[in-house]
Amino acid sequence: MIVNGTARISSLTSHPRSHPEAPEPSSAAADAAPRDEVEVGRQRERASATPQTTFPFSAIVGQDEMRRALMIAAVDPSVGGVLVFGDRGTGKSTAIRGLAALLPPMKAVIGCPYSCDPGKPAGACPHCATHASSRKSHLAPVPVVDLPLGATEDRVVGALDLERALTRGEKAFEPGLLARANRGFLYIDEVNLLDDHLVDLLLDVAASGVNTVEREGLSVRHPAKFVLVGSGNPEEGELRPQLLDRFGLAVEVTTPTDLPTRIDVVRRRDAYERDPAGFCARYAKADRALQKRLTAARARLSALDVPDETLEAAARLCLALGTDGLRGELTLMRTARALAAYDGAETVGIDHLRQVAPSALRHRLRRNPLDESGSTARVVRAVEEVLGS
Amino acid sequence: MRDGGGAAIWTSALRIARLVAADPHGCGGVVLRAGAGPVRDRWLDALRGFLAEGTPVRRMPVGIAEDRLVGGLDLAATLSAGRPVAQAGLLAEADGGLVVAAMAERMGQGPAAHLAAALDTGLLRVERDGLAEVRPARFGLILLDEGIGEDEAVPATLADRLAFHLDLTDVALKETAPSPSAGAEGTGDDAGSGDDHLAALCRTASALGVASLRGPLLALRVARLIAALDGRSDLRESDAVEAAGLVLAPRATRLPAPQEAEDTPDDPREPDVAPDPATGADPEEGTASSGDERMVEAARAAIPAGLLARLTAEGPRLRAPRAGKAGAKAASARSGRPMGARPGDPRRGRLDLIATLRAAAPWQRIRHRPGSASGLAIRLDDVRITHFRQRTETTTIFAVDASGSSALERLAEAKGAVELLLAEAYTRRDKVALVAFRGRGADLILAPTRSLVRAKRGLASLPGGGGTPLAAGIDAAGEVALGVRRGGGTPVVVMLTDGRANVARSGIAGRERAGEDSLTAARLFRAAGLRAILIDTAPRPQDSARRLAAAMGARYLPLPHADAGAMSAAIRSATE
Repeated sequence: MIVNGTARISSLTSHPRSHPEAPEPSSAAADAAPRDEVEVGRQRERASATPQTTFPFSAIVGQDEMRRALMIAAVDPSVGGVLVFGDRGTGKSTAIRGLAALLPPMKAVIGCPYSCDPGKPAGACPHCATHASSRKSHLAPVPVVDLPLGATEDRVVGALDLERALTRGEKAFEPGLLARANRGFLYIDEVNLLDDHLVDLLLDVAASGVNTVEREGLSVRHPAKFVLVGSGNPEEGELRPQLLDRFGLAVEVTTPTDLPTRIDVVRRRDAYERDPAGFCARYAKADRALQKRLTAARARLSALDVPDETLEAAARLCLALGTDGLRGELTLMRTARALAAYDGAETVGIDHLRQVAPSALRHRLRRNPLDESGSTARVVRAVEEVLGS
Repeated sequence: MRDGGGAAIWTSALRIARLVAADPHGCGGVVLRAGAGPVRDRWLDALRGFLAEGTPVRRMPVGIAEDRLVGGLDLAATLSAGRPVAQAGLLAEADGGLVVAAMAERMGQGPAAHLAAALDTGLLRVERDGLAEVRPARFGLILLDEGIGEDEAVPATLADRLAFHLDLTDVALKETAPSPSAGAEGTGDDAGSGDDHLAALCRTASALGVASLRGPLLALRVARLIAALDGRSDLRESDAVEAAGLVLAPRATRLPAPQEAEDTPDDPREPDVAPDPATGADPEEGTASSGDERMVEAARAAIPAGLLARLTAEGPRLRAPRAGKAGAKAASARSGRPMGARPGDPRRGRLDLIATLRAAAPWQRIRHRPGSASGLAIRLDDVRITHFRQRTETTTIFAVDASGSSALERLAEAKGAVELLLAEAYTRRDKVALVAFRGRGADLILAPTRSLVRAKRGLASLPGGGGTPLAAGIDAAGEVALGVRRGGGTPVVVMLTDGRANVARSGIAGRERAGEDSLTAARLFRAAGLRAILIDTAPRPQDSARRLAAAMGARYLPLPHADAGAMSAAIRSATE
């Protein structure tokens, strides 16, 4: 039996829209095309890359812990993601968009949808493996991909290219957001509102670095190494503990309460809103300096090794706090090393450990609901006891 | 209602309409609290009158589908064109104009988050149905709030982003003068700087206990807008003072303290809005000028009457704070979650068009017969329906007898049990609520939540003592339970009482009348078919409690010496 799709399905959608102000198409939906639809196709990627002046990272007032955590993740992506929890209007999204503008550009294979590194073997990438002869590269900005709320699974993992399937009858894979985020950052605002199955999927890919798609007769594996950055407001529901643990760092941000800082925040925001270009120009130098520092830290990272006494102190700290598994210690060590590289230090010292311990451990503690003091206070207490103040 | 107060509110309401019409996106918009009726209509008409000709105004119904809100694939056009065609959602259509959200107090978290993202960036990002696009969506938002009382409020994420919070409940129709007609005017982009006014607005916000920095920022934008509407490019003190009254005053969480009382300790429940006492020593910011005082005074005078009464009222606030309301709303948005598509009959589920097209697409060339009309050949076995997973969450409602002196210790156990259950609820995504009854009535201390942060805050301020209005307690618990059930959840009521009522429904003390009332309430409760457990908290098991449990259709558990751990274990085993 063949059902004529056009006639059959358009009759389902021809009922009037529910809002009175909308201009109503004169007849059934078949001739509705000349309304304000935009054709989508190959130009879609370009449309989403519209350059916009973002609030400069170096112009952010306060929120030191959040900025440091983001820089650490930029120095060493293997730290494993950042979770930013805090009040509304504390500049969480601003900081992450600012970071995107700050990251030094990377070398990527031209035309590769996964922005592969030309220096790496091509085998893992479905594009580069078939185009191995012509792997020219160019400098591309590090992708910082926004995962908007309400994104559907097909757009996240990638799916059958509907247009090519419909017009040419070809079975082709259309890469999704995970492909675009490869070698960069994937940012999820309001991560606690995301559907559970999407969160599980993201964490799984983030941990393995490979996105496996098995749907619609497609079977594709492509690289998807990215730093997951999530933000949320604990007042609107908490995250499951097994999910919390998957993030490398967790920072808490609060609205500044002292007046001079508050005035400064409002003043800079106001200046930026009234003259974005001029404001960005004023902070361009500071942003460039941060970028240089970041590049230098990355170069230094591999040469830094962690002395035994620091490792031992990290282990004792995790033991005192009773964190499960080795993930806490591993993150603590990597984070301290990234911070040492960022600071330009010769070696990874106890002081680096002390600085990063709250971010690296506060979300790994076993919850004791009857303990009134928060997890941050418990980490700080343990740091004082184990490492001395 | 105060005499003449309505007219004054109406005047400032018209001023707000004019300001919003001049720069909808810059102002964010308005939270309009008013019942549906001629006053609200008249204000909306006035607002439309101020808008420039052709400005889009889109009404957003409360149950709007996500694809209609943010846009998606236009199926009809896609099928006739033979290639994907995107369709703008309501938010993109409203670019440059206004979105009017009806019954905003019932808005779910999903739409609220979309609106918040668009208000922040002025853009709408769509990643769905195989589409990836960004559209401009610079709109202003009017939230029509028909909530009654403090517990029903618009999502706090949105309220924080809107400059104006307007309450027209106390305005009578006769007080609404017809709106003066005027066209829209330029936006406030060209108004000059005024660093002093900026600092003064920040100080005023702190004095009023406005924690979020969006408060002073929006006030500053509105001040610039006022200057621009006046045809000036410089910011004057009068502009900033008016903006403080319009934007900051309705956000006040406390009354500005007199200058000398600055050092008194602040309300412990609102630690994050406390002004830093050290700022007095700061050379730049500490010198409070007379202009500052004028602004604080103006803002104080502009605090709406209802809010003023709440702020002046002594005593602990028992109700859940407004800011946490969004969590309780999530229940309705989660009543069914699409879990992908599977083959099936669309008459027995919702047709998933995209998945259907995907299934049919690879076969088009084979199926296409030469000479037949163009169009898609879709066979029955291509048809996919959306597979929803209905996850019914359990909400445990504690109804705690907080009467008498001995209750204090029981209350502590109940608090402990609530927190323990909550900690376990993380993994199961269950919720907990708490109703306490004491003195003359019952209060909802903790609306259904799974947030430990909110639970702790709600429980910390729970007092004990007074008589035992058992009937009121049963009624209140039943009401919460029915609300949960309406939202698609499964309620379980846990009563903690000794079953000895001594305050009747009318609020009058008297053991006999109170006992009868409580049994009547219990029978009504049973008729509603709600699941319940009654924990007898008396030192020795009581007959009265056993009888009450039977009347409620509740399971009876005598727990004379339970601690929080034992109690939560008993409840768990009883509910599973």
